[in-house]
Amino acid sequence: MSSDVRFTDFKSDKQPTWCPGCGDFGTMNGMMKALAETGNDPDNTFVVAGIGCSGKIGTYMHSYALHGVHGRALPVGVGVKMANPNLEVMVAGGDGDGFSIGAGHFIHAVRRNVDMSYVVMDNRIYGLTKGQASPTSREDFETSTSPEGPQMAPVNPKALAMAAGATFVAQSFSSDSQRHAELVQEAIEHDGFGFVNVYSPCVTFNDVDTYDYFRDSLVDLDETDHDRHDSDAAMDKIRETETEYMGVLYQDEDSVPYEQRQGIEGSMAEIPDGAPEGAMDLVREFY
Amino acid sequence: MPDDLNWAIGGEAGDGIDSTGKIFAQALSRAGRHVFTSKDFASRIRGGYTAYKIRTSLDRVQSVVDRLDLLIALTERTIDENLDELHEGSVIIYDGERTTMQNVEVPDEMIGLEVPLKRLAEEAGGAIMANVVALGAACEVSQFPIENLDESLEKRFGDKGEAIVENNMQAARKGQEYVQEEYDHDFGYELQTSDEDYVLINGDQAIGMGAIAAGCRFYAGYPITPATEVMEYMTGRVDQFGGKVVQAEDELAAINMALGAARAGARAMTATSGPGIDLMTETFGLVATTETPLVICDVMRSGPSTGMPTKQEQGDLNMTLYGGHGEIPRFVVAPTTISECFWKTVEAFNLAEKYQTPVYLVSDLAMAVTEQTFKPEAFDMDEVEIERGNVVDEEDIDGWMNEKDQFQPHFPAADGISPRTFPGTSGGAHMTTGLEHDALGRRTEDTEVRKEQVEKREQKVETAIEREDWDYREFGNPDADTLVISWGSNEGAMREGMEFLEDEDIEVRFISVPYIFPRPDLTEEVEQAEQTIVVECNATGQFADVIEHDVLERVDRVNKYDGVRFDADELAAEIKAAMADEAEVKA
Ligand SMILES: Cc1ncc(C[n+]2csc(CCOP(=O)(O)OP(=O)(O)O)c2C)c(N)n1
Ligand code: SF4
Ligand SMILES: [Mg+2]
Repeated sequence: MSSDVRFTDFKSDKQPTWCPGCGDFGTMNGMMKALAETGNDPDNTFVVAGIGCSGKIGTYMHSYALHGVHGRALPVGVGVKMANPNLEVMVAGGDGDGFSIGAGHFIHAVRRNVDMSYVVMDNRIYGLTKGQASPTSREDFETSTSPEGPQMAPVNPKALAMAAGATFVAQSFSSDSQRHAELVQEAIEHDGFGFVNVYSPCVTFNDVDTYDYFRDSLVDLDETDHDRHDSDAAMDKIRETETEYMGVLYQDEDSVPYEQRQGIEGSMAEIPDGAPEGAMDLVREFY
Repeated sequence: MPDDLNWAIGGEAGDGIDSTGKIFAQALSRAGRHVFTSKDFASRIRGGYTAYKIRTSLDRVQSVVDRLDLLIALTERTIDENLDELHEGSVIIYDGERTTMQNVEVPDEMIGLEVPLKRLAEEAGGAIMANVVALGAACEVSQFPIENLDESLEKRFGDKGEAIVENNMQAARKGQEYVQEEYDHDFGYELQTSDEDYVLINGDQAIGMGAIAAGCRFYAGYPITPATEVMEYMTGRVDQFGGKVVQAEDELAAINMALGAARAGARAMTATSGPGIDLMTETFGLVATTETPLVICDVMRSGPSTGMPTKQEQGDLNMTLYGGHGEIPRFVVAPTTISECFWKTVEAFNLAEKYQTPVYLVSDLAMAVTEQTFKPEAFDMDEVEIERGNVVDEEDIDGWMNEKDQFQPHFPAADGISPRTFPGTSGGAHMTTGLEHDALGRRTEDTEVRKEQVEKREQKVETAIEREDWDYREFGNPDADTLVISWGSNEGAMREGMEFLEDEDIEVRFISVPYIFPRPDLTEEVEQAEQTIVVECNATGQFADVIEHDVLERVDRVNKYDGVRFDADELAAEIKAAMADEAEVKA
């Protein structure tokens, strides 16, 4: 079945209600392409979406999917994958969802290194709630709730991931559709937690981190001599302030997914219609 | 009764109180004696007073009582802590050679046995065995055949090598011989053994075992007293059946991981205590509205806030019954005994899957930290039945598609129960969301669809009320004028309390309710009684409120909120007092 899956099979018949020009259109298209390209189909794919404009993605795509509560998409993905490692699990959400309310889960999902991909639509703003500062907003970015700007340094999600022991970190840009799809594909193919931070501009509430800004400031790592297996080099690139890099910043070749380390072999869904064989031994332990 | 004994060992946290108590409890159980244990422990690792208490009898024991016959006191304070329960003729074993124990004063009417625990342990191979010397001494006082201790020592120390086991056996005998030689005295006890086989198990273990028996394969949790042992029990054991325990980064993650596993088709569970339930509440609503089968166990402890983490309370009834914004369909099941912890867990999984609705499984600290003996048949695995509800596979999926051939996970069937597909099922792909959704699981704000989905979720509860038994457990005289109602773990104390009341020719009817929602309708029972008394471990009477709401009649209340469970004689006295108040009002 998988061989003749096209990326449009991952499209639902719901029309997106994103603002015209929103970066999330491109982000989603790349995700669908990457899923089809990696031989998945909607029936073996589980998408977990966060809450935000970005989180609407679960509705516009077609697959098994859960659109949960704000900030908790990652643990849902961990649960899905551990209960059935045969499924392709993809988690998607916004910068607020992932790095503010859900920041704790981000660090631990990175550490746990379950084999799934995590696509963050980083627009450096809270889109759905109409334009408040997000954890990745610039220090002087003025919003309705931060008239002088947040006056805090923005979170650097890629540095955060590296510090937590990430095995795959990439930066993507929604409007570079081919490259974006490739990067998500690499994250899917990676044996472990594949984190792709996607610059996915909000055309309505962010007039600073715009398409033009990202286009001008992003350098593709493929055009440099960056070694993605060198974590120090990755960290240097991630911390540079003048230039932003697009591409795979870091990948640990020896990554072994958590569910494999834990010895989980197959789906946990099938169970006998009574107590499992040998259950009486559990009782005998208490003699 | 020479054959019954109320025993305790007490000292500082870190003195090995728990493991020593456990060794003795196991020895008694293996000898075919009934055992009921309780722990008095402080939250500190060192410095706090802690005690392990055992009631043992050839007959069933199911409560603590206000009486202590034999106390091993490792500190002076242990005696003070227990003065209320010690009585004329109680025996206190202590090590008078320890500098801290030299000023111990044993009240005149009691018998103090100075046993050099440390010195005798050293003679047997190491001071570390001092508590085992005390156990040997206790065997002599209670005339409990010391051989029974050996098996239990083997179980405890077996993995440390034969020599260690041997030394411990020697240590026990030194204690026994010392009492025999120095205090050649008949203390009036003679603990018999029997051929019965018993298992000795606590409430958390029973829940964990019930979960595995019920096919739970995924557990995510975050450690918290007194629920941690559910997780510790399942760790490693559930793996043998193809499952896994995950220690999550917090309770928010725990319930969301469990939710994910349940969406993937696994029977999944999380367990926590009050503070964790607070954190899980937002996701609880998500679980319910996405119609995901999930068992969430609340092993209650004293609140609010951090409260008294190692103390008993039944304060979470309102939270489990009403907690969360909006209107959340749910089941709330509260086992009333430790063996019922097992069976209600099995039932909780069936309810969750049959009705695709979250189930709060509510237990409490008193059961979690109590070990009690049961015949193994009380956990007969052949009796476990698994009902998975309306799970649809590739063969019968066609019947559940809409006209566009899309699967409808929230199809508003007449009984409210929709079809469910596990991911991987061809043609079954669907989304679901915490937003109000239509039959396809997609967001909607259409007023008609909203009404339809609210009603279908409520219909599931109605269907469950109709199809399932929501029975109560009944004891005593069904025609008695006084009706006592309780929920959760008070059942044992009340049943033993009734024996005290019977000694005074007082009869009551006792109804023990394991279902909080849906729950049995007690209107007739309350109306038929002259007086109804609702017993619970909280201050405001949360269950009493619920009963009053159901039956539109006032009830009397017996509440305890000092952090300690009811003991049987205390509860009997409280019931008597409530009856006397009522009589006064009537007169
Ligand atoms: C517990 C909770 N708090 C607040 C909200 C409101 N809320 C919804 S989305 C959102 C922020 C979204 O920002 P981001 O994650 O960056 O997503 P974007 O809309 O930018 O894609 C907030 C605060 C909520 N849904 N739940
Ligand atoms: S508000 Fe911003 S993020 Fe949301 S849909 Fe519009 S452009 Fe996209
Ligand atoms: Mg955002």
